[in-house]
Amino acid sequence: MELINQHTKKIMEGCKERAREAGLRFQDETLEYIVTNRDMLELSPKVMIPTLYDYWVNDVEVLKGKGKYELYPHNPYETVINTHPPISFYNDNNPDWLNVMIFYHVLAHIDFFQNNLFFRHTWDYDLTGQALADKRLIARLRSEKGRWVDYVIEFGRSVDNLVGYYDELSRLNRATIPSLSKRLDYYFDVFLQSVKKVKIHEYVHEIERYNDCKNRYGEMGEKSFFADAQKKYPELETVYIKSLRTKVTPKLDLMQHLMEYSPFLNKDENKWMKTVLEVVRKTSIYFQPQIRTKIMNEGWASYWHEKLFLQDDRIKGHEVDFARVHAGVTSLPRVGLNPYALGMRLFSTIEEMADKGKISIKFQMLKDSHAREKFDAGTAAGLDYIFRVRENFCDFTFIDTFVDQDFVTGHKLFVVDKRLNQGKMVWEYYVKSRKAKDYRKMLIDTLYHPPRIEIDPAKGEDDSLYLVHRFEEKPLVKEFIANTMMGIEYLWGGTVQLETSEIEPPAQDMETYSAAGAKEPQVVWQRVLYTMKNRKLSKTFVQADS
Amino acid sequence: MSDPKAHLTNIKGQGLPPDRKERLLSELHDEGSQDPVDHASEDISGEERLDGYDNFSAIEASPTLQGTYTMRIRSIDELLERDKMREKDGFPRKIRVGKLVKPARGGKEKFVVVPTTVEEKFLHDRVTTPTGEGEPTGGTGEGEEGEVVGEQPVRPEGGEGEGAAGGGEGESHEMESSAYDLGKILTEKFELPNLKDKGKKSSLTRYTYHLTDKNRGFGQLLDKKATLRKILETNINLGNVPDITDIDTTRFLISPKDKIYRILSREIDYESQALVFFLRDYSGSMAGKASELVVSQHVMIYSWLLYQFARQVESRFILHDNQAKEVPDFHTYYNLQVAGGTKVATAYRLVNEIVERESLAKDYNIYVFHGTDGDDWDTEGSEAIPELKKMLTYSNRVGITIAEHGYSAAGNTEVERYLNQSGLLKEKPELLRLDVMGEDAEEPRLIEGIKKLIS
Repeated sequence: MELINQHTKKIMEGCKERAREAGLRFQDETLEYIVTNRDMLELSPKVMIPTLYDYWVNDVEVLKGKGKYELYPHNPYETVINTHPPISFYNDNNPDWLNVMIFYHVLAHIDFFQNNLFFRHTWDYDLTGQALADKRLIARLRSEKGRWVDYVIEFGRSVDNLVGYYDELSRLNRATIPSLSKRLDYYFDVFLQSVKKVKIHEYVHEIERYNDCKNRYGEMGEKSFFADAQKKYPELETVYIKSLRTKVTPKLDLMQHLMEYSPFLNKDENKWMKTVLEVVRKTSIYFQPQIRTKIMNEGWASYWHEKLFLQDDRIKGHEVDFARVHAGVTSLPRVGLNPYALGMRLFSTIEEMADKGKISIKFQMLKDSHAREKFDAGTAAGLDYIFRVRENFCDFTFIDTFVDQDFVTGHKLFVVDKRLNQGKMVWEYYVKSRKAKDYRKMLIDTLYHPPRIEIDPAKGEDDSLYLVHRFEEKPLVKEFIANTMMGIEYLWGGTVQLETSEIEPPAQDMETYSAAGAKEPQVVWQRVLYTMKNRKLSKTFVQADS
Repeated sequence: MSDPKAHLTNIKGQGLPPDRKERLLSELHDEGSQDPVDHASEDISGEERLDGYDNFSAIEASPTLQGTYTMRIRSIDELLERDKMREKDGFPRKIRVGKLVKPARGGKEKFVVVPTTVEEKFLHDRVTTPTGEGEPTGGTGEGEEGEVVGEQPVRPEGGEGEGAAGGGEGESHEMESSAYDLGKILTEKFELPNLKDKGKKSSLTRYTYHLTDKNRGFGQLLDKKATLRKILETNINLGNVPDITDIDTTRFLISPKDKIYRILSREIDYESQALVFFLRDYSGSMAGKASELVVSQHVMIYSWLLYQFARQVESRFILHDNQAKEVPDFHTYYNLQVAGGTKVATAYRLVNEIVERESLAKDYNIYVFHGTDGDDWDTEGSEAIPELKKMLTYSNRVGITIAEHGYSAAGNTEVERYLNQSGLLKEKPELLRLDVMGEDAEEPRLIEGIKKLIS
């Protein structure tokens, strides 16, 4: 592994200059390394970060990757890691023109990392440096505690997808509006909602009343508002004062909860485990936005490498070579999904729409398809608009907002499903739907979406940890429940319970079922409670009470 | 070239210059001098400043980047050793040894042994309905809703999944060596039973010594007749025998080279070689998981036997639906898929015929492994059972695996029923084994199955 040579570095600097002129924003320093395929194989289980802590599962992955490479050799592409300064890895045998294309791609990734708000918490965080410190910490612990360090890492990682990533983000992205009085905050945020549990129309009515008072009496508005409120709720003042005295406990995710409250982890001899868990948790949070912006990030990079490459005066004469590589990366497959292709087309489409002023109520109200096509307000604000999209969206909002029928029809997209043809013994892939609604759903179903699992301190036996999986019409992967809960039990040091939903197995067997014809079978959900006690898992059914 | 901008416009004006490569390079070199100075200096200072970044100098210095990372990756053996410790600590094992197979024609498929593991988490699963179609995905292009846009054989012919065909000529022994590794790991990791000494000598590479070879000059036993003949021959050539009717032996010259001895020689004992018949039901009902399961298990059994018998294993592959046929290599055995009825008896009969025709029974330890989903048109087994009985007279072990379909009631397949009724399982537990599993059984279950079949 070595830095790219001066000649190539100069090409990179040229790319940076041009990318900046086009509007991309990123820090000056970057590091580019040449790596071999072998290096890539070894780094990929560590999310390409050489300094990430060692863990045996990574070794297993490397061995597996090597075996796979032996059978199916392939050339990995470029990789960028989001750190400060950003580091990217390349193959050593790329011609200059290809490097130009790849550099633009990489620069757009860096721009994305450093401007998209979902990466906010990574902006002032030196990942490689921190990772190195963590790696040393874990190596040191391992020399003292042996394989128990690996168990703690294992159990930590088994719940590291439940980290409170959005809580972390919201802490950083608090709106900076001047805060209103505490009493007012309490009244509207806590009292009406949690204490009184008023109906929505009552709540809205109170807000209107407040605005009214404010308008009428100005400075004294709040006072007069509360004077009336006091009449209606005589206890208000007392509970408010009481609330000031009780300390607000910040919302904790499962890992934080374990670190804070686990009797086992807080024993003196086990406190070292918490530092290991903290490392696992931080690493997970760091990578959360990466998984949630895959389509956007790749689309953004593809959009820019195409645009900037074609404008670059240094590579004249390689348009055909470029076209071939570019098409390979960004073609829409007949069957299958390509995030590069999809994201790039979305960005181009959005830019075009914003250029014509189509992202407006006026356009949305148009029903006539001919008029929709012809519509052009001449706003020419497309570029500016996609920069805003790159700043404020993640894959979910991106798809949910911009994949509409025009987009699906325009690119001839459809949802594919497969069915078994018994006669020919083949899987048939067929066009299931060309509706934007279905296409959007299919896309969203492929996105990363960890289950929402929260701690309910009120439920469960004494000393047990009671977890509640929020029902989203998706069951958990059954085979994984036992081992995951065993890990939590270990970290908690006591019984762990998990409330989740499962699909009731259909009562009728296959024969009567197929006789019933093609009628879609009804999915029956059943709330169940798993209990992990002394490393034994049991399951009971929960009666629907609410 | 002194003015890069003029140079650029020059190029642009020319369109496609013939010496474009040269020009491109020179232009790219030029770019540096054209760059504002601060950029170029920034570049260098950027790297110099690295030393100022504590962490980065640390990265550079850390051994991870010096190529020693590989050295620190644990080998499969070490990982397995570690995995064993888990049981002691009260946690289930996590590493599985799997194999990647890249099938190819002519028995040249490549096996690679790899460890795998799963990091269990709470993850969302797909909602599966009994009619469950595949996982929907995206597509592009023409086609009405409902139109079929592509087909894929249930069992792909040309290898699984990604990867272009070709690439790297696999030596045939390469597969053997990797399968051998797999066998070794299976034996050690999963504590599969070592083969029992079945009254014969356990070594399969044993040799016997016979005075069968002849050697001139020295040896263990003088072959008088042959020696005399040789001496006579030499002396005829020397002209010492003028009259063939009146031989004067006293005039003979006797060369040491003419003495013929019998000498002890190593003879490979063919008797203790192993021959394995792999039988697979490839009828229509076997499509999908059931076949997958049977084939995986047979790969493992094959590997394991290869290890146990120190590679002295020969294997024969037989496929059957309502007819049986022998196929030449594992590739064909692995890949062939036909929709047809099922008659188990045909396969058994074919094995018996082969054994008889080539009189294999006296030279080989014979193992027969049969994988099926339990379907048989011969519901009573009236043909299969007699063939099976015959097979049991010469084979060391017959192992039958039934991969039951999810939709049929457990323990209710034809094969299982008639095997139970025949009483053979109880009568000859040493020779005949049956293992029944669900078609979605996982690898550990497969290994359990192997234990059951061969212990």
